[in-house]
Amino acid sequence: MSKGEIVAGCLAPHPPHLVYAENPPQNEPIAEGGWEQLRWGYERLRESLAGVDYDAIVLLSPHWQTYVGTHFLGLPKFKNLSVDPVFPNLFRYHYDLDIDVELAQQIHDRAADAGLAVTMMKNPDFRVDYGAITTGHMFNPSWDKPLVVISSNRSRDYYSVEVMQEMMIELGRVTREAILASGKKVVVIASNSLSHRHFTTESAIPEDMSKEHITSHAMHLWDMRMIEYFRTGQAQRILDEMPEFTEQAIAESDGGGLSWLLSTLDVPTYPGILHGYGTIIGTGNAIVEWPARNHKEASE
Amino acid sequence: MSDGELIGSYIVPVHPHTVLAPEQNEGWGRLRAAYDAAAQRIKESEADLLIIYSTTWPSIIGHQIIADPNPEWVMVDHDFHELGSIPYSFNIDEKFAHAWNEANEKRGLKSRTVAYHGFPIDVGSVVALKLLNPDNAIPAVIVSSNVYANRAETTVLSKACMDVVKATGRKAVAITAMSLSNRMFTKPIEPKDDRIHSLKDDEWNRKILELLGEGRLEDVGQLSRTIHRQIRVNKVVAFKPMWWLSGMNSNRNNLTGEVLAYEALHGAGGAVVHLDPTPSGAGDIEYDEDDVEYFAGERNVLDGDQSENQYIESLSEESPVEVPQKNGPALWEPTESKDSVNSEAAPKPVGAYPHARRVGDLLYLSGVGPRQPGTNAIPGGPIHDKDGKPLNYDIKAQTQAVVDNITRILEEAGGTIDDVLDVTSFLVDMDRDFQGYNEVWAETLGQVGPTRTTLAVRALPTPIAVEMKVIAKAPKTE
Repeated sequence: MSKGEIVAGCLAPHPPHLVYAENPPQNEPIAEGGWEQLRWGYERLRESLAGVDYDAIVLLSPHWQTYVGTHFLGLPKFKNLSVDPVFPNLFRYHYDLDIDVELAQQIHDRAADAGLAVTMMKNPDFRVDYGAITTGHMFNPSWDKPLVVISSNRSRDYYSVEVMQEMMIELGRVTREAILASGKKVVVIASNSLSHRHFTTESAIPEDMSKEHITSHAMHLWDMRMIEYFRTGQAQRILDEMPEFTEQAIAESDGGGLSWLLSTLDVPTYPGILHGYGTIIGTGNAIVEWPARNHKEASE
Repeated sequence: MSDGELIGSYIVPVHPHTVLAPEQNEGWGRLRAAYDAAAQRIKESEADLLIIYSTTWPSIIGHQIIADPNPEWVMVDHDFHELGSIPYSFNIDEKFAHAWNEANEKRGLKSRTVAYHGFPIDVGSVVALKLLNPDNAIPAVIVSSNVYANRAETTVLSKACMDVVKATGRKAVAITAMSLSNRMFTKPIEPKDDRIHSLKDDEWNRKILELLGEGRLEDVGQLSRTIHRQIRVNKVVAFKPMWWLSGMNSNRNNLTGEVLAYEALHGAGGAVVHLDPTPSGAGDIEYDEDDVEYFAGERNVLDGDQSENQYIESLSEESPVEVPQKNGPALWEPTESKDSVNSEAAPKPVGAYPHARRVGDLLYLSGVGPRQPGTNAIPGGPIHDKDGKPLNYDIKAQTQAVVDNITRILEEAGGTIDDVLDVTSFLVDMDRDFQGYNEVWAETLGQVGPTRTTLAVRALPTPIAVEMKVIAKAPKTE
């Protein structure tokens, strides 16, 4: 069996507004557009990977929040209606997705061997969280690649950002090992926003872009600081500053996705490609690709 | 129709073990038995509405209220999916849900109803309704817990709810679906090994339950922030259900409380508590936080200028505060004549007239409001913003400021407040403000004893709630 490979790592946020604005047939509400900067960013990401061959997508979603360890979707297919409990007016999506259970089990087993608390989720009635579905749709609207969906272990809530990061770096390490051992080509995705302070109100037309802006200057500064690190290959600095970023920007990196992603990529020193940045109800969102396939050291 | 009322309150745990696996652990079984006992009490109480505030349904855009008359689906817990699935089909009072939504908006809250096929009813609400209302005999309503809501917003939410309970003549039961300490074991455990996660959590839980057992709900509400810091994992929803439940009970501290069960659920503290409105005789109302009627928090953020919003938000938290006057007509210098009386210590007029005029032995004062000389600020806050949007304000602070301004004008004429003979008062909202105005009157001019007439008017020239027209004895001139 040939060696597996991580062909790309992506930061790919999941606010349901993006799917809503796309008007795909799977989603019930209808929009007049909106959040184009981010949707065009997703287009650029898809174009960047259009010629890249890969077998599966491994995705960590902060909206499958688990407090008893880390969980993996563990059945080959999930089909249901996903209604966002926070924005049900925007997101009522009929999904039908395939899971690479074999790869999920391989990551699970290596994580268990490393001492992490992990569980395979095998209840067929389980409803996949809207974050995973939003990112899954925006990244691959044809849904023609199987997914591995990993829950967000809320260890930051129990302990600290530092402990969360320690656990997520370990989970990233075993994820990488499992992928390399699997012989598969894989895209790894962290589905999270950057700064994460929401507006507490909504315009009459949710897609009214005249109302959209970052919640505060401080949030903007933090987002730009992180993006600069993304663009200049300074992943280690992101990890180093994660506690301050998470606390001060109320960042969605609290779910562990970004730390896990950078760990799966072996803390890249090559630049990430910024495909888009924009705000959604005040939160900061960046679409970033680390083209690991072009950097052999990242896969060795 | 008689006024509606709250006939009972319950605190119940959220995790699915009590529905799906009560036989696997003795403590889970005792919680289930307590749930069943609570269901029986509710049935015997002849309640006609269950109101659930659920901590496992966080919201961001204000509060959300289920308004689907018959939500149906299958619920699987994000953590405890191996315990099984819970199919549900609930009886929701959609009319009450819409009325509550409207009442929320009237009190300044952001709010919306939710009635979408397949909307995922949260685990806490599913467990509570499954066990407290097993045959769906009593219609229910469910409200989310807003992630960003502070005590003021949560208190106003409860007041809006009670507005509707009273107006519709309902016999309602309020339910908070919540954990006490919410720190769970971070690894799977065998059911037999379940216990409260730490001794500290257990001790705090028992203190909370001691207070609730004594009916001291408001005391627990006032300890909420401390409890959250001490025994709560920082999940998205803080320990705020006690604010809502205390508000539903008029912030009372002398309810009749009973703890029906307290056990561990994967390390978290789960309890079933019954709070009966019958006065226990213990304690007293010790509500020492701001009693907010109208929420004027951060709601214009989409328009970018937050400076005024921050003023308004602070008003709701710290009222009364002075808010710089930004709206209203232009100010004038008081007109001068040989018998006019004008004071630098009184607010400038809004037209061409003096502060007072002496005629014989009498002083006739122009209408006096609460605006402050110099700053033009309104103690207790303006009644609306420059766009006409209503704001919360303190009528007592405004009334006191009016009396102070009258005193200043009389002192300018050489007299005192004791010289006041007759007062005509104008209120813009008699229903809301008469009581507060009357209390300040009793403590000030009421001690002097002038005749008084109080009228309701549609508006006053500046955004104030009260103005007084005064006739006083003129001090003797030399």
